[in-house]
Amino acid sequence: MSSTANVIDIREVRKTYDEGPAALDGLSLTVRAGEALAVLGPSGSGKSTLLNLVAGLDRPTEGSVTVDGVRVDGLSETGSARFRRERIGMVFQFFNLLDDLTVTDNVLLPSQLVGAGRAQARARAAELLDHLGIARHARAYPGRLSGGERQRVAVARALMNRPALLLADEPTGALDTASGAEVRRLLTELNADGQTILLVTHDLALAEACATRTIELVDGRIVRDVSGHLGGTAGGSVVAR
Amino acid sequence: MSALGKVVRAGVGRRRVQTVVMVLTTMMAVTASIMAGGLVVASQAPFDHAFARQHGAHLTGRFDGGRATAAQVAATAHTAGVTAAAGPFAVVTASPQLGSGHVVMNGLPPLTIAGRAERGGPVDAVTLEKGHWVTGTGQIVLAATDNGPRFGGVGQTLSFPALPGSPSLTIVGIARSVSRTADAWVAPAEIAALTKPGAAPAYEMLYRFAQARSSADLGRGKDALAAAVPPGALSGTVSYLATKHTADQETATFVPFIVAFGVLGLVMSVLIIGIVVSGAVSAGTRRIGVLKSLGLTPGQVGRAYVGQALIPASVGTVLGVVLGNIASVPLLAQASDAYGTASLTVAWWLDLAVPAGVLALVVASALAPALRAARLRTVQALAIGRTPQVGRGRFAARAAARLPLSRAVTLGLAGPFARPARSATIWAAVAFGAVGVTFAFGLGSSLSAIQDGLNQDSPGQVTVNTFAPPPGPGDGTGAGMEAGPGAAPQPGRPAQADTAAVARAVAAQPGTAGSFGTMQKELAFAGVPGAVSVTAYQGDSSWGGLQMVSGHWLDGPRQIVVGRRFLEATGKHVGDSVTLEGDGRSAAVRIVGEALTVGDSGMEVAADAGALTAVGVAVRPDSFAVELAPGTDRGDYLRALNSALQPLGVEAFAQDSELSATVIAMDTMIAMLTVMLVAVAGLGVLNTVVLDTRERVHDLGVMKALGMAPRQTVAMVVTSVAGIGAVAGLAGVPLGVALHGYVIPAMGNAAGTHIPPVDLHVYHPLPVLLLALSGLVIAVAGALLPAMWAARTSTAVSLRTE
Repeated sequence: MSSTANVIDIREVRKTYDEGPAALDGLSLTVRAGEALAVLGPSGSGKSTLLNLVAGLDRPTEGSVTVDGVRVDGLSETGSARFRRERIGMVFQFFNLLDDLTVTDNVLLPSQLVGAGRAQARARAAELLDHLGIARHARAYPGRLSGGERQRVAVARALMNRPALLLADEPTGALDTASGAEVRRLLTELNADGQTILLVTHDLALAEACATRTIELVDGRIVRDVSGHLGGTAGGSVVAR
Repeated sequence: MSALGKVVRAGVGRRRVQTVVMVLTTMMAVTASIMAGGLVVASQAPFDHAFARQHGAHLTGRFDGGRATAAQVAATAHTAGVTAAAGPFAVVTASPQLGSGHVVMNGLPPLTIAGRAERGGPVDAVTLEKGHWVTGTGQIVLAATDNGPRFGGVGQTLSFPALPGSPSLTIVGIARSVSRTADAWVAPAEIAALTKPGAAPAYEMLYRFAQARSSADLGRGKDALAAAVPPGALSGTVSYLATKHTADQETATFVPFIVAFGVLGLVMSVLIIGIVVSGAVSAGTRRIGVLKSLGLTPGQVGRAYVGQALIPASVGTVLGVVLGNIASVPLLAQASDAYGTASLTVAWWLDLAVPAGVLALVVASALAPALRAARLRTVQALAIGRTPQVGRGRFAARAAARLPLSRAVTLGLAGPFARPARSATIWAAVAFGAVGVTFAFGLGSSLSAIQDGLNQDSPGQVTVNTFAPPPGPGDGTGAGMEAGPGAAPQPGRPAQADTAAVARAVAAQPGTAGSFGTMQKELAFAGVPGAVSVTAYQGDSSWGGLQMVSGHWLDGPRQIVVGRRFLEATGKHVGDSVTLEGDGRSAAVRIVGEALTVGDSGMEVAADAGALTAVGVAVRPDSFAVELAPGTDRGDYLRALNSALQPLGVEAFAQDSELSATVIAMDTMIAMLTVMLVAVAGLGVLNTVVLDTRERVHDLGVMKALGMAPRQTVAMVVTSVAGIGAVAGLAGVPLGVALHGYVIPAMGNAAGTHIPPVDLHVYHPLPVLLLALSGLVIAVAGALLPAMWAARTSTAVSLRTE
């Protein structure tokens, strides 16, 4: 895929839940490879719905969602699971690490679900943990780590299968200021290395630091679409594609 | 509605899956308990209960119609000691054939038929099992035997070709007389048509006595009856004690098996209810924390959760009582067949005791974890219960991750170690299920093998009786009856054919693969009180010998094979010699084997013909057992052989192995009880997996978000119990084998015999391998539904779930 190809192509998507108002109302959006798109908006504006549709966790009521060349809205449960593990990395607000697995085992999980080679997967996990500065915690359990460290583990897990798209849902929402800054820096680095990122956040500082483009949703519609990279630090990295 | 009521209602309504599982579990547990308890209760003296219900006859008197009038017989009702009487009923003995026209079944045993207008009465109130009682001539009601209906069914026709006019009767009902007073009943007006011209029918009179506990009591009653009629008129009597002895022995045979299954069912029910209820309450620990934070006291929390458990449990209990009673009908009918008694019903008090016990168990199971949770500090209660305590099962998780299996499977394998207590309960439920399946398999196999062994007392596919067919009615013989005091010598006893000629005819018949003759004779053995029933075998009986417990079958002169009771009575062992006493002579005979036999209360002896000859007893076989060559059509063979035997005045008939309704009944019971056990075990697994997947729904959502496919989710959830199931199966098999090893010999003990090793060693490698998988199957079956639910749950919803 060329660096200018669309990683996300959403066309005329409408999503309603039961009889309620539309969570997304005729939304169209494209995200090119290498972009870091921040999605801002108040609660109930449709941010999480948009993220779920892109991740194949939910289906639109109308319209189409194509991610990395794959029509996500028509996939079966198995198909969307396969799609996620091969093309998507997800980072959540509350980390969603499995407490009964070590850091390494958490990070290895996506590659193991794909059925990747054992040695290759372990090497990739070690590389990621090292780069993200958490190698010393490799055998620890998530419960012993700080919030920032847990989110780094979550990022490492998300990058394990070298996804075309990294989805981040309020990645700093549960972190203190210092940890939040760490994560901002990390995401900026990743994007600088070419990682396409879709970032759903309330955190303007995060959006300003990481995003090359920002959209704002209100009542399921895009009310603002601003291009431009406001900050970040480039650096050599082994984590991006 | 009070706040507490709202909490209870919300708790029941909100956790619908849990509620449904609790309803189903208590329903199955109550159903299983009622069925099991019903069987256990029914196995306690079923003959006595049935005898009391039917006002059974203590003594059945048979009177020679040529020596006493009906009025004289009727007057015996007023004999001293008689408290109730029924009759006289005219009785004839006649040989029927089943069917009419071109399709008939010959060679049926003769029937003792009583003319009886009503089935009720003060004595022997016969129970109708099918159809209706005779309402006029042309109808007949057959007696149900221990092995079900003797032959034929309602609507079929019995004809009597040997009688003038070949009367035909339609079978209109099947009835059971616990006292076994007749083989069939017809309208009194029918008796004349079934009586040979010039002969007078016998009379049957049924009595109940004030004192009838012992043979001596009944002996006195018999003497009084004999004195009340002309000399010799009382041609025979049958005591209920003999019937009771036989029935009790049969009952005792089945009691160990019924009790074993019953106890298994009850223990399983207790276990599963405990698992389900305590699991449900434990799963609500966080909710309890919330309730406490809102101001509920520990007592209120306890009451709320007990109430929450009691509502579905009560619904399940009511449904279980109804289902248990319905399901028990065929089971108890089978049991009644096995016990040889009238149909049984679930004891009324069981319908009260089981629900009360189950609900008490539910309260106890709910109260302990609810109070424990209620006593926790609120913050602790809020923190506990959502996820496994961190730290448990880490070693297992690390070890499993190293296995060369898919990650979904290794995650599942490590799962049980995170919640060891819950895993232990699954293990116990599945292990009990596996014990039940293993035990059921062994029991069914052994019973079948034992039945085959017992059938060896009537070997071969064809039997030739060397006596002419019964001489017909009116001869006053009272077949099979003990002669009464003063009875006349039985006139018209059938004459025996030339046995050598019969043997030659059989041997010469194309299609005969082998044959040997048998003769029964009452003889004495030195040191054994009373006469012993000896069956002499003449000819090569190697293909039709009894099933051996130890030693070998007869293969030389002066050999005998005996049952366990005989060995115990004589204090002898296989290889020892005993002295056989005959007509003034005695001879030492050697015990060459112990066989499976319950004949003559286990005292029956099988002897080589030479042993009898040695004591001066001429062996003239009563019958010949014939084995047919492979491919021989038995119908054609019988027709041809009977043509050859006609000049000798004897008849051959088909010898069907008694695959008896008893074994079929037992198999049905085994199957039903096993299904119940397995279902309850499966429900226990299902409930626990439902709890587990509900609690781990968020983690499942995370894994699905990371790309775990539905099939992988199912694999992970199923694997989380499959390992436990496999281990439980492995543990359950030896326990089931051990239970079988205890119960079958106990059944043999009750019947007075050792069980041949061949009947005990039924666990061959392949079945054992399959049985070992039973735990796995139960666990997987129980986990499949919640696993599919977990796979189908929306990932987005799972991720939002707290």
